[in-house]
Amino acid sequence: MAEYLIETCNLTRTFGSRREQVTAVDNLSLGVHEGEVVCLVGESGCGKTTTGKIIAGLLQPTAGQVLYQGRDVWARDKAGFKGYRLGVQLIHQDPYASLNPSHTICQTLSAPLLHHGFATSHRQARERAAELLEIADLTPVEDFLTKYPHQLSGGQRQRVSVARALTVSPSFIVADEAVSMVDVSIRVGLLNMLSRLKESLGVTFLFITHDLAVAKFFAWEGRIAVMYVGSLVEVASTPQLVSDPLHPYSKALLAAVPEADPVLTRRKERIRLRSQDIPSLLNLPSGCRFHPRCPCFEEGLCDTERPGLTPADDNRYVACHIAARGVGARP
Amino acid sequence: MRDDRASILNQSASQKSPAPSPLSVRDLWVEYQLERGMVKAVRGVTFDLRKGESLSLIGESGCGKTTLGLALIRLLVKAAAIRRGQITYRRNGRTTDVLALKERDMRSFRWRECAMVFQSALNAFNPVLRIWDQMYDTIRAHGGMPKGQARENALRLLGYVQLDPERVIDAYPHELSGGMRQRVLLAMSLLLDPQILILDEPTTALDILTQRTILDLMKRLKAQLGFSMIFISHDLSIAAELADRVATMYAGSIVELGPVNDIFYRPAHPYTLGLIRAVPTVTGEFEDLISISGSPPDLIDLPSGCTFHPRCPYATERCQGEEPVLTLYEEDHAVACFHSDRVRREADVMWKRHGDQPAGEV
Repeated sequence: MAEYLIETCNLTRTFGSRREQVTAVDNLSLGVHEGEVVCLVGESGCGKTTTGKIIAGLLQPTAGQVLYQGRDVWARDKAGFKGYRLGVQLIHQDPYASLNPSHTICQTLSAPLLHHGFATSHRQARERAAELLEIADLTPVEDFLTKYPHQLSGGQRQRVSVARALTVSPSFIVADEAVSMVDVSIRVGLLNMLSRLKESLGVTFLFITHDLAVAKFFAWEGRIAVMYVGSLVEVASTPQLVSDPLHPYSKALLAAVPEADPVLTRRKERIRLRSQDIPSLLNLPSGCRFHPRCPCFEEGLCDTERPGLTPADDNRYVACHIAARGVGARP
Repeated sequence: MRDDRASILNQSASQKSPAPSPLSVRDLWVEYQLERGMVKAVRGVTFDLRKGESLSLIGESGCGKTTLGLALIRLLVKAAAIRRGQITYRRNGRTTDVLALKERDMRSFRWRECAMVFQSALNAFNPVLRIWDQMYDTIRAHGGMPKGQARENALRLLGYVQLDPERVIDAYPHELSGGMRQRVLLAMSLLLDPQILILDEPTTALDILTQRTILDLMKRLKAQLGFSMIFISHDLSIAAELADRVATMYAGSIVELGPVNDIFYRPAHPYTLGLIRAVPTVTGEFEDLISISGSPPDLIDLPSGCTFHPRCPYATERCQGEEPVLTLYEEDHAVACFHSDRVRREADVMWKRHGDQPAGEV
C-alpha cells in the first residue's frame, strides 16, 4: 500500500473548561492516499468540521498526530509547518461569510499570491488570478476580476473560494460542506468543476458532507468514512458503502435518506432505531456509542465494550461487534 | 386567456376528486417594492389544492415559493403587495374570499383554517417561555378555548408527534433538540384543527435520521387528521417522498403541475427535467448528472418571453418573444412550455438509460 499523503493517528480534540469537557473528535485514525477522494459523512455535531479543521492545520489536536507526507505536522519547524499549511487548503461552507466583502475578486486572489511569493508583481498576480478564475469556470474572467462578492451569486462566490484555495497550488483540499449552500441546479456544476481539479491538477480531496447522495456522486471512485459522535464507524469504498453497508448506523442512514425518485423512495426498507435521541457529548453512552439506538444491540457486549475500527473484508473497516462477527460468516 | 386556463385546470381537478377544493388560487401576483425596482416574486399563479392532498412546491431559492406560501395567509412584509388575483377558501360549504377578509377575521383564519410552519424551527420559539405558554398564547390569539381543554388538546397533540407530552409541555425551547422542536411546531400548528397546513422547508435544517422521523410523522398525521398540505421545499427527494402532486416554480410562476409520478418520470418542462437530472440518488449505480447552465434570473429584471429561455437547451425564437402559459398537457398534468413533446422524449430516454422504468404505479 502506498504512503498516505495525509494521515491522522488517534486524533483527539476536546473543548471546554477543566470542569466540563467535550470530546469532539475521539481517537480518529484515517489516511488519505495521494490523488484519492475521501468523503467524511455524518450528522451535524459529529465532529466532521473539527476533524477537517485539524487536518487543515487550523486547530491543534489535544492528542494524536496529523502526518503530512509522513511527518508529524505539529513537530515541524516553522518552514516545515508553513509548507504544510500551504499544501493543505480548506474551502469553507458558507460562501457568504468566507470572502472579504470590501475586496474585489482580484484583490482576494492576489493577496495570497503576492504574500507567499507565487507572484512577484501585481500584474503577474492579476494574470495568475485570471487563470484561476478560468479554472473555476468564472468566465469571462475580466468581468469577474473587478467585481465585489456582493455582486456574485452563492455559486459564483463558492467558485471564487475554490480559486482562492488554488492560489497556493495545494496538493490537498479539505472541502467542508462546499456545495451544501448552493442551489440544486448549480450544485452539480460545482461538483463537476471540483472533480476536474482532481483530474487535471491531481488534487487530493477530503470532502466533508452530511449529504450521502453528494458523497456518492463526488467520491464514486474513492472512499466514504462514516462518523458518529466523534469516531469513525465505517470506512469503505463508495460503491461498497452505498450498496452494502456493514455498520448498523451506516445502514440506518442509507435507509433514512429520501430519494429523488417517488417509487424508489416509497419502496425503501425502513430501519427502526431503538431511540431517536442523539447522545449528548457531555454524557456519552458506555461501550459502543450507538448502542442506545442500535437495532442490533446485544446486552452485555455493546453496552460494556467499545468496538474499535477493525478490518473487515476487501479493505474496509468497521467499528461494530456484531458486523465484525458477520463478516467472517459471509461467503 | 388566464381564466380559460383556470377553468381547464379546475375541471380536471373536479373530475379527479368530487370534494370541493379547500383552497383555490387564481392569477395571483405578488410584488416587492424595492429601491432598485419592483421584484415580481409571484406571477400569475393559479392552482387548486385538493381535499386531503399534499401538494409540493419545488424550485430554487428566490423562485417565489415562500412568498407564495406567505401570500396565502397574507403574512407578507410591508414592502410586498398582492397586486392581483383571488384566493378562495372553502370549508363545510362556506366560501371565503381570503383577500377580502378584515385583519381581525384574518387572525382567526390563520391557524384555525390555515396554519403555517415556518422554516428554521430553531428560531420560531420565544426562548424565555415554556412550550405550554407559547401554545396557550397561540390558542388565545387565534381563537380561544377554555384553558383546561386547551391543555388537554396540547398534550394530545404532543403525544401525536411522538413526544413525551408531560415532559415537553413544561420545557423551555433550549431544552429540546432540533428534531423535538420541529415536532413541537407541528403539534402547535395543529392546535386549532386547521384544514390546511403550509410547511416551509419543514426538514431542511435537520439531520438525516431526524428528518426521516419528521417525514414519517407528517405522513401519519395527514392520514390520521385528514388535513390538506402545501409544503415548500428545494429538496426534490422530500417532494418525491411526501407529495401527491408537485408544482415546479420558476421565476415566480408555476411552470409545471402534475401528479408526483408524472413530474418525476414524465416531466414536460425543461426546468423540471433539469432539476431531476441534477440530483443524485444514494441507491444504485453512479449516474452522470447534468447541471442547468446559467443561474436563476433577477426577479426585478426578468428575461423576455419564457423566463427560462436563457438557460433552456430547447429554446427557440418563439420562446424569446412569447411567454407560454400553464396549459393542460395530459390528463391532470399541466405545463407552461412550447416544447413539451421534445422534453418528454428526452425524459423517456433518461429513464431508459437508468435501467428502471418510468415506474408509474406506486
